[in-house]
Parts: sequence; structure tokens; C-alpha cells
Amino acid sequence: MTIPKTEDRKPKTGSLDDLDKAILNEIQSHLPIVSRPYAEVGKRVGASEEEVLQRVEDMCDAGVIRRIGANFTSRKLGYTSTLCAAAVPPEKLELFAEVVNRHPGVTHNYLRRHRYNVWFTLIAESKDRLNQILEEIYQGSGVEVLSLPAFEIFKIKVDFPV
Amino acid sequence: MLSDLEKKVILGLQRDLEVVPRPFQEIAQQLGIPEEDLLAAIRSLKDQGYIRRFGATLRHQKSGYAANVLVVWVVPDAQLTRIGQKMAAYREVSHCYARSPAPSWPYNLYTMVHGRSREDCMAAAARMAAETGLTQYEMLFSETELKKTTMRYFREEE
Repeated sequence: MTIPKTEDRKPKTGSLDDLDKAILNEIQSHLPIVSRPYAEVGKRVGASEEEVLQRVEDMCDAGVIRRIGANFTSRKLGYTSTLCAAAVPPEKLELFAEVVNRHPGVTHNYLRRHRYNVWFTLIAESKDRLNQILEEIYQGSGVEVLSLPAFEIFKIKVDFPV
Repeated sequence: MLSDLEKKVILGLQRDLEVVPRPFQEIAQQLGIPEEDLLAAIRSLKDQGYIRRFGATLRHQKSGYAANVLVVWVVPDAQLTRIGQKMAAYREVSHCYARSPAPSWPYNLYTMVHGRSREDCMAAAARMAAETGLTQYEMLFSETELKKTTMRYFREEE
């Protein structure tokens, strides 16, 4: 594997090289939990700590990496979650998105091509609080929200081979 | 049960890690504990499943998986577990959940399907339908991301 000099390149969409990809595959789910994680990643992919740090920084700047950190199992922390859907008339979209997004427990919200056009996930510290937020959204927007809590999880994965 | 130290560490990990040689050092300092103790607590929280994953979250659009679609299915209750497991095994599927249907919404199995293009996603959904024998499903393509963020736990909100 030939590694282009870092200073000569900035990764953009679709322009990740083999070293970038090797680094991403090492740090997606399992960043080494050690004092110098990027030195450890470097050992695994055959690059120096400095080189790995530079690559990771560039991929953050280019938007390939959204964030580096922990993802928690909300249920194990006592939180409850649901997927919500709403059929929002076009003239109400902006208001509805504003009313929904102001809640910190709304972590994902997408406009989708369907009669039910707004889909968002909601996490709250209790069922009562979750229902309270749903009521607040209804009161604030006048839009009926469908709550579809999961009762079985067959797969939850955020890693992609790159 | 979470120990006081573990709760403290969970709070300390709500921030994203900085891209520096020793990213855990500053968090440990803020929490007032030795870096070694922080590392041990994180490993233990991972082992116990409180931390589901620890690392880099990618923007799929920029890492080659440009398209995704939420595919919702109507599955007979008696087949839900078998078909849910089968759907979960597809590499194109990132999330697969069983959810209670609503009166106006009969779908009870939800799969997030990823591909390099819309056509890829549709082909994967068609294959999943053919191989499970399911006929009642809908594809919901995303048009706009209205919000994407990370949950902050154990925080006073609002």
C-alpha cells in the first residue's frame, strides 16, 4: 500500500484512500480505550500516531466523520424511546419542525416522501415524560403524532465497511 | 447498578472527544480522576453494555453510502421473530425493529436500508421482499435531514 503524503491531499466525498479507510474501520465502533488511542490505531494500520491524527482531523474537517465519542444504550440507562410519524401539511412544516426539534430528546428528524412525511426519534427519561413531550408537540403544532415504540430490536448497527 | 464513578463518567462522556494525542486526559482532569481510572471505567461500561459503541460516527453520504430508505413491512405476528432475524442478517440493513402498529398504520417491522444509490436501495428491498415472501411494504425515502444530534443523558433539560 502506498500512502500519499498527508499534506498533498484533503479527503473529499469519494476520495478516501486506503489508509483513510483502514483508519475509519479501526475507529468506527472501537476506538482503543487507551491513553494514546491514535498511536494504537497507527500500530494496527502501519502509520505513525502523527499521521493518523492528521488523517482523522482532515476527515473531520471534510465532514466524513461527524463526531468521535460514546453512544449509550438508552434503555439500560433507564430511558425510553419511540419512533414518531406525522402527516404535516406543507404550510405547517416549518412550525412543526421547530416545535419538534426544540426538544433535546429528539435526536433524528427526517422529511420523507410519503403521506406521513415527518419521522423523528424521541428519547426521554421516563414514559410519562415521553407522553408529556408528545402532548406538548400536539399542543404547539396542532398536528397529530403517531408513536411507534419498538418492542423488539433485531439489529442496531451504525458501522459501515468503507 | 451504576456506581457514582460510572455516572460521573457517563456525564463526562457526553461531549465529543477532541482529536488530540491524549483525548481522555482532559476529560479525566475535568472529572478530577486519574486518566487510568477513567479508561478502566469506560472499558467496564462498554463490557456491561451501557456504552453501545465508542468511536467515530460517519456521515454516510460522504463515505460512499449516499442513499438510504426506511422500509416498513406488515408481517404476520407468528412470523415476526423469524423474519425479523432474517432481515437483520442483510448487510444493507443497519437497523431492524419490531414496532406496535397503530390503527391507521398497519406496519410492524422497520428496516433501515442503505446503498450507494436509490436504485441500490430499491433493489435490496425487492430482494428482501422476494426472499421473505412479504408483499405489503412501503419505502420511505428521506428528502431532508431536519435534525441529527446525539442524546445527552442525565442532564437537566428545559
